[in-house]
Amino acid sequence: MTFGRDRTVLMTLAVLVALLGFCAVQFPFVLSARVLGNLLTDHAFLGMLAIGMTVVIISGGIDLSVGSVLAFTGVLLGVLITNQGVNPGLAFAVALAIGTVFGAVQGAAVHLLRAPAFIVTLAGMFLARGACFLLTEDSIPIGSATYAALNDTALTLPGGTRLTLSALIMLAGVALTALLLRRTKFGANVYALGGDRRAAELMGVPVGQTTVGVYAFSGFTAAAGGILFSLYTQSGYPLAAIGIELEAIAATVIGGTLLSGGYGSVIGTALAVLILGLIQLYVTLQGTLSSWVAKIATGALLLLFIGAQRLLSLAPPARPGLSIGNHHGAPDQTPSIGQAP
Amino acid sequence: MKRVLQSPAAAPVAAMLLVLLIDWLIFPSFFEVRLVDGRLTGSFVDVLIRGAPVALLALGMAGVIATRGIDLSVGAVMAIAGAVAADAVAGGTHWSTAVLYALAAGLACGLWNGMLVAFLRLQPIVATLVLMVAGRGIAQLITAGQITTFTDPSFAALASGTVLGVPAPILIVAVAAALLTLLVRYTALGLMVEAIGVNPRAAELVGINTRMIILAAYALSGLTAALAGIIATADIRGADANNAGLWLELDAILVVVLGGASLLGGRLSYGLTLVGAVTLQALKTGILLAGFPPQMGLIVMAMMISVLLVVQAPSIQQWMQRRAVRGVAS
Repeated sequence: MTFGRDRTVLMTLAVLVALLGFCAVQFPFVLSARVLGNLLTDHAFLGMLAIGMTVVIISGGIDLSVGSVLAFTGVLLGVLITNQGVNPGLAFAVALAIGTVFGAVQGAAVHLLRAPAFIVTLAGMFLARGACFLLTEDSIPIGSATYAALNDTALTLPGGTRLTLSALIMLAGVALTALLLRRTKFGANVYALGGDRRAAELMGVPVGQTTVGVYAFSGFTAAAGGILFSLYTQSGYPLAAIGIELEAIAATVIGGTLLSGGYGSVIGTALAVLILGLIQLYVTLQGTLSSWVAKIATGALLLLFIGAQRLLSLAPPARPGLSIGNHHGAPDQTPSIGQAP
Repeated sequence: MKRVLQSPAAAPVAAMLLVLLIDWLIFPSFFEVRLVDGRLTGSFVDVLIRGAPVALLALGMAGVIATRGIDLSVGAVMAIAGAVAADAVAGGTHWSTAVLYALAAGLACGLWNGMLVAFLRLQPIVATLVLMVAGRGIAQLITAGQITTFTDPSFAALASGTVLGVPAPILIVAVAAALLTLLVRYTALGLMVEAIGVNPRAAELVGINTRMIILAAYALSGLTAALAGIIATADIRGADANNAGLWLELDAILVVVLGGASLLGGRLSYGLTLVGAVTLQALKTGILLAGFPPQMGLIVMAMMISVLLVVQAPSIQQWMQRRAVRGVAS
């Protein structure tokens, strides 16, 4: 692993460590394994969404529909498990399949219609949220025994840290996606597509397949995030997680991924999810602060990382391994919305 | 006839007329306008009033999109401007001074966005994301997390008052659109904005000061967002930092696209933007009039975007062009 390619990840890590230190000075117990384990559990669903978002953004696109797909999955699980008495395992499979197909259709629309991803997934966002209300307008509690069992499942590490199933699934998702991006042909195609679509096409990258695959993957992780969210809240609610797509995008950017595509890593995204979680934790612990602090802090971090990326990409490459995605920062004005035409 | 059909206004206007026709079929008295207590009332007037904030956001957004940009922060700027205005009025400031404060706040936000895009050359979607996330926090900071309320009747009149029977929000939108149209069509500004949208590098090479014009586009978007925030605040006589203008940026982008503009820039028409605004609001009102739950609007909006995307797809456009050429040849 060359850190030249992942300089921005190092920066994300530095911010995370600094923030941990800052919190630990006032609240020493923050450094306990239990608190950190809970941090993972509480933000597992956001992590899942952000993983898919990272892949989409590396490919040069954007997916605004993930929050609605998450809510739809929760409502669907509620209807299937509570109202219809379907076996939770089967319901999970159905939800994952629907999320994947939904994403694939969006990818096909982006590719076939040459439409900006921003607008296609905006339609997807409205559609999935509307579909929630077609199923139900109320919150459906999910009191299945399987849910209780799944929530009690945890891995106890030496030293007493409990990693819940949700946290484990999120960590596994991060590891598998990192492998997918760095060790498979699909991953290479994703980077190539985001780097320069036309060049990728000329090199023989199957642009259509890759685009469909990328959005299908994001639909899958959004549905998986929905399952984790329903485990976390034990209910399905049509208005759940409004605006979480923004948090997923923010986590991706703070994780060092370029919004113009072609550069980024899912490890950075996972660290950024922890940063966002830690900011919220600090606001909660402090008690006197209100939610505006978290918002402004997130905005400031976004600005910091965007500015840093700008500087890094303007600086001449220090090592040959650095060139990936670098020309994106050059001050040419490529079409700026989601995906290049 | 052919010229009418091929004009860029044809599709947006046809869409608006179709939606209005459907509204009229659902609700026969849709276009009835009556003068009650010296004030125009009726379903259609209501559409125009309800649509005013989004129409204002869309006017600013249209200029930004014409330069190939996008402004995600307009909803948050609405909240900031509303918070500034409500805070000032509640503190006893004269309503006109409060309006100036709010406009100044909006202008500052717009200049900030414009600076990031034009001078630091950040991607617009990223640059404006910063204020979209942080802006609502700033608005909460101004209102100290409360919902600031006020009773000043002069300020509230900006939303509920009338001039010669015409409700104030409609007038504000009309005046803003007219001023902007004069600004871009009676100077070279509109031409330059569209030139930047079509080909930024070429525009720079022919000597257009692209940075200043992009900066101006975002500044104008901040100003119109502030106006929208003022109307929204006056309407509820209070500033709700959490919910004012929430997700309206998406509505505003949709309105600009409904007005026939391309998200890839190069087309600017404030008139057609208003057509798009009426289309969207008439659609939302129509769903309510038909007795559907308001959430159905989301599905109808999704279908509308899908139709737009198919119509605007390059392959479909090429096919239509080929047909047109064949029609001329035969």
